[in-house]
Amino acid sequence: MSELEVNKKYNVQVSTETIDGEIATLNLGPTHPATHGIFQNVLKVDGERILHAEQTVGYIHRAFEKLAERRPYNQITPITDRLNYCSSPINNMGWHMTVEKLIGAEMPKRVDYMRVIVMELSRIADHLVCNSVIGVDTGALTGFTYMFQEREKIYDIFEEICGARLTTNVGRIGGFDRDFSPEFFSKLNTFLKEFPKNFDEFGSLLERNRIFMDRTIGAGPISAERALNYSFAGPNLRAAGVDYDVRVMKPYSSYQDFDFNIPVGTEGDTYDRFMVRQQEIRESLKIIHQALDNMPSGDYHADIPSFYLPPKEEVYRSMEALIYHFKIVMGETPIPVGEVYHSVEGGNGELGYYLVSDGGRNPYRLHFRRPCFIYYQAYPEMIKGSLLSDAILTMSSMNVIAGELDA
Amino acid sequence: MSTSSFLDKTIDGLNSKGFILEYILDSYNEHNIVIDANKALEVVKYLNSELGYNFLVDLTGSHYPDKENQEYQVVFHIQNLVENTRLRFKSNLSKDQMEFPSLTPVFSASNWMERETFDFFGIQFTGHPELRRILNVDDMDYHPMRKEYALEDETRRDKNDTFFGR
Repeated sequence: MSELEVNKKYNVQVSTETIDGEIATLNLGPTHPATHGIFQNVLKVDGERILHAEQTVGYIHRAFEKLAERRPYNQITPITDRLNYCSSPINNMGWHMTVEKLIGAEMPKRVDYMRVIVMELSRIADHLVCNSVIGVDTGALTGFTYMFQEREKIYDIFEEICGARLTTNVGRIGGFDRDFSPEFFSKLNTFLKEFPKNFDEFGSLLERNRIFMDRTIGAGPISAERALNYSFAGPNLRAAGVDYDVRVMKPYSSYQDFDFNIPVGTEGDTYDRFMVRQQEIRESLKIIHQALDNMPSGDYHADIPSFYLPPKEEVYRSMEALIYHFKIVMGETPIPVGEVYHSVEGGNGELGYYLVSDGGRNPYRLHFRRPCFIYYQAYPEMIKGSLLSDAILTMSSMNVIAGELDA
Repeated sequence: MSTSSFLDKTIDGLNSKGFILEYILDSYNEHNIVIDANKALEVVKYLNSELGYNFLVDLTGSHYPDKENQEYQVVFHIQNLVENTRLRFKSNLSKDQMEFPSLTPVFSASNWMERETFDFFGIQFTGHPELRRILNVDDMDYHPMRKEYALEDETRRDKNDTFFGR
């Protein structure tokens, strides 16, 4: 590769010749303001250029898979909150759907649509965090402050649904614990009215900003072949040009009813990842509008009394509800023997649950396919030969979330 | 080609090579294929080069202490993104012979998944470039996801599990 080509690829005007061949070891992390989470990188650098990187992960490993083996099914939902904590509702819904697949429960259409709204809202929140932080790492703090206000509004909506903001624990196995309230709809409508304008303003700050483009185009690129080989998923894979989206390939929760586009990039660099997320936010808005417009009437939960926790008022009044409540909470409901793999399109890509049940009250084995954990191993390959500041940018644009990385 | 006929083609192809020990289409419409651990890399190479299975979804292990000579299992899901088919492969390993070929020559993604499986179950992946612990501390001397390690300290007497089998 000639010097000209290298400069073009990494978008910097630095000579490829070493000054005097002096190689230094630089410890990036475990706690570093630029890593947005606890993970360490030991870098071998020649001046500003990275020759070799080695990641250390596991700093916040909390043994979720082992914990899950001692918990009844409905008590595992709070664990899933803490995987990708930027989009907890998607994790919750994915887990509910996995168990529903295992027990063979059919959801009413209304539940599917309610879930779609919640999941797309959290996808927007997730992408907003990622994209505004890319801005921060390039030195553009302004967009970040405005977008975090918008994220705050999404969290207010979550609070209206389930009472929690970050670790939401939203919904139940079998649907929702209550219907959406009128306050929810009014908050959501206000959000849908105000957000696109503010978001476009954010977009106009960065999307065609010459400084931002010069900074991000060509930073941390990966080819489609390598991305597939590394089992990338979600926006990072689509930025490389592969249109794999679980919502389309294996539709769950009635995603086949909605009309939306899958944005793809070409180069798989930081700018493409940023743009794919930007477009996905707009597609998510489209999906939410469609779900709201076509919201079916009906029940907000499935009629599966032996798995769905009955409302508290009924527990105090009716014998059956009390019995079911007791059985579910004590984990005495009959769970079929079997194993399922179910995946949803999380904020970072295919979030999978491999669940083995032996008929007991706890899963026999539960494995989370965490997209972060799988694609973060490509990081050294992506930053090899690039500048240190590009490495920071690559990491934030890959959206590595420590909670999901370490489970 | 429709998805189901492509699946038939895959199963026929695997059968003709003699890779399939057992094939189960379960009630969840998932394709479970039991293969010999020693041939796993061959199987994956065949699937990847001949049939376009280019996406390793997931690789993990599980522990069944009660199954004699099949105490450990390596489970992996592999997907063809073009035909949209997903297969689940399983290999049973005896506790005396816990070796499984590393899939890293075909899929770079399996590197950390194998390290994780080694970390938690102690399954040795032969041919892995750097098989060491990943999520647990390096000087840990056991593999915590095995069933013999109970989550709670079994010597505790302050919790009564008689009725609800905690």
